[in-house]
Amino acid sequence: MRHAFPVALASVVVLAGCAASAPVGVGDELSGTVTVLAAASLRDVFDDLADRFRSDYPDVEIVLGYGGSSGLAEQIISGAPADVFAAANPATMSTVSDAGLAVEPVVFATNTLQIAVPRGNPGNVAGIADLARPELAIALCDPTVPCGAAAVEVLDRAGVTASVDTLEEDVRAALTKAALGEVDAALVYRTDVIAAGGEVEAVEVPEASEVVNVYAISPLTEARNPEAARAFLDLVLSATGRTVLERAGFGAP
Amino acid sequence: MRPESPTRHRRTGPVVAVLAALGLALLVLPLLGLVLRAPWADLPALLVSIPVLQALGLSLGTASISTLVCLVFGIPLAVLLSHAVHWHVVPRRLLRAAITIPLVLPPVVGGIALLLLLGRRGIVGQWLAEIGITLPFTTGAVVIAQTFVAMPFLVFAVEGALRSADRRSELAAATLGARPAQTFRLVTLPLVAPGIAAGAVLCFTRALGEFGATITFAGSFPGVTRTLPIASYLAMNSDPDTAIALALVLLAVSLVVLLALRDRWLPGVVR
Amino acid sequence: MRLVADLTVPRSAFDVRAAFEVPEGRVLAIVGPNGAGKSSLLGAIAGLVEGSGALRLGDLDLLTLPAERRGVGVVFQDLVLFPHLSVRDNVAFGARVRDGSWTAARKRTAPWLARLDLVDLADRHPAQLSGGQAQRVALARALAAEPAVLLLDEPMAALDVEIRDDVRADLARHLREFGGPTILVSHDRDDASALADDVLVLERGVVMQQGALADLAESPATPWVQRFTR
Repeated sequence: MRHAFPVALASVVVLAGCAASAPVGVGDELSGTVTVLAAASLRDVFDDLADRFRSDYPDVEIVLGYGGSSGLAEQIISGAPADVFAAANPATMSTVSDAGLAVEPVVFATNTLQIAVPRGNPGNVAGIADLARPELAIALCDPTVPCGAAAVEVLDRAGVTASVDTLEEDVRAALTKAALGEVDAALVYRTDVIAAGGEVEAVEVPEASEVVNVYAISPLTEARNPEAARAFLDLVLSATGRTVLERAGFGAP
Repeated sequence: MRPESPTRHRRTGPVVAVLAALGLALLVLPLLGLVLRAPWADLPALLVSIPVLQALGLSLGTASISTLVCLVFGIPLAVLLSHAVHWHVVPRRLLRAAITIPLVLPPVVGGIALLLLLGRRGIVGQWLAEIGITLPFTTGAVVIAQTFVAMPFLVFAVEGALRSADRRSELAAATLGARPAQTFRLVTLPLVAPGIAAGAVLCFTRALGEFGATITFAGSFPGVTRTLPIASYLAMNSDPDTAIALALVLLAVSLVVLLALRDRWLPGVVR
Repeated sequence: MRLVADLTVPRSAFDVRAAFEVPEGRVLAIVGPNGAGKSSLLGAIAGLVEGSGALRLGDLDLLTLPAERRGVGVVFQDLVLFPHLSVRDNVAFGARVRDGSWTAARKRTAPWLARLDLVDLADRHPAQLSGGQAQRVALARALAAEPAVLLLDEPMAALDVEIRDDVRADLARHLREFGGPTILVSHDRDDASALADDVLVLERGVVMQQGALADLAESPATPWVQRFTR
């Protein structure tokens, strides 16, 4: 094994995750840059946590990149410099671990799908069965991203064939289309519906509770700033982190 | 014509040669990387797979239609621009700036603008929706997005050809009894035809490669709006081999189009 | 038909004012120093440049007509052959415009190729012609359109000095065969003496002297005329 340090780091992370721990001491001499790549649906939560991180560690510059988890995983495998990766499903995280690049993934949140409709629900969407109506414009995530994979399963369980108009490459793109009123319904995460505030309305999908996206986070073996990576991870897994996640609509792991 | 008199060749200085070589490397090496890393063994199967064929057919079809639209509206616009030299400077500059906008605008911004204009809640789009016409997520939207970004290429190429065409030929035609319409058909048009062809080629290849405006305005659905560039981008998420196959197809199509009109390229580019 | 002109042609530095007549079958040479306004005058007669006053061909008032209806043929100083057409089609152009078909036009204008010794060159394009050959094509093109008036702007200017005398002799022959009034512009005395019946001297837009070359030589009205006729 090339790096003994990441192994030690992994153990610490696991222990930190198990304990209701405080983050690494506020004001510790951490410096440099730490790059976090995260699934698009984590945008608001991680932006919030990043602000707190900045006030805790003013000497560290934290850089966040969001996108479809699978795309980010591909970038990491191709050598994109990152310190932390947070994926929206275990399969995507596995592609990174299989490449030997994830130190030790930890599950930290769950998410389920919900239908987002534009304000006023112009398409009169009452449930998942309405997604089959051909006269409606429907947006889903592409099956190659976690949100899309979940959507396929939910639709399958509900026995609905959706009349899809566009398959977006990340969940926020699908959400935006709903917020703009360009589609009558988009199947997105419930956290996205909450994040969009009053711009979209929610329509429940009972079958969605059976399809749970499990989010995992891991520092990366090629991390340039492993200490700061661990610090951010600690923050995500801490009580503060859990509160922020809960408020955004994420479920507990 | 008289045979060219022998000239002393100017030797390319070392500084120029080195910088030029680096510039060339920047342009050529990425393509070389693409070709070298291609999954050649799996390529035949990938190339005839449904996603690739759908994307290819869609891209070729929409780019062709977009080029036609650009010709129909772009040539008159180029004529207008060439006449604008006689205008007052302010409207002349405004006209040129307006035509240049899609060239300098990031394509995604162009897509957003199109959405705000022609989307279901757009300024014009909402009226279109009333009469049952919705543009987003249709193949028509792809054509609109491509035309938006590619038209300036055609307009400026044709305007250049019009400007360099000898206007005195038109005067000579008049002295021989040709009415303005006849002059345009028999003299002006044939003289600018190579420029129009070059412009059409540029327009087609730009339309073929269009991504940002298309994905924002038209969406992404296989066979309807998922053109080659969009399909390639999405495939990078999960299946890099397919992404490379799609990229190679795009590269091959572009090269074929450019080489097929090799002596009608931008004037001076090819001997 | 006789051409009667009394023209004012506005230019940037000065206006050109000239009154003259050219009977049919006669050649008038308009001579003068560079910048005198000779080409502008020609342009006004052809309808390519704004001019006012009077310009009559028989009963016809040419100033009311656009260039394409005046029947005034022009051989330009730089020839301005159509680069995309063959020699045959360049010559046939005037007929094509009238007949509406290239085939009919080519047949009608074929004799002109023979008259100007262009038959062997008929399939070439202007880029493949020598100076003398191109000048013959320009002349054939103008004549084949059967103009009522013929204008030539510095006809020898595009040619190498060695061949000028021969070409000039040929040109003199063709001009004699042309039935209408002819005006040629030149600053070269040999052109005037070999090609023209009468001479008009233009200096800074003003007619200084008109008449036969011999009369000008005998009593030159200005120093320039004196030098010109020496």
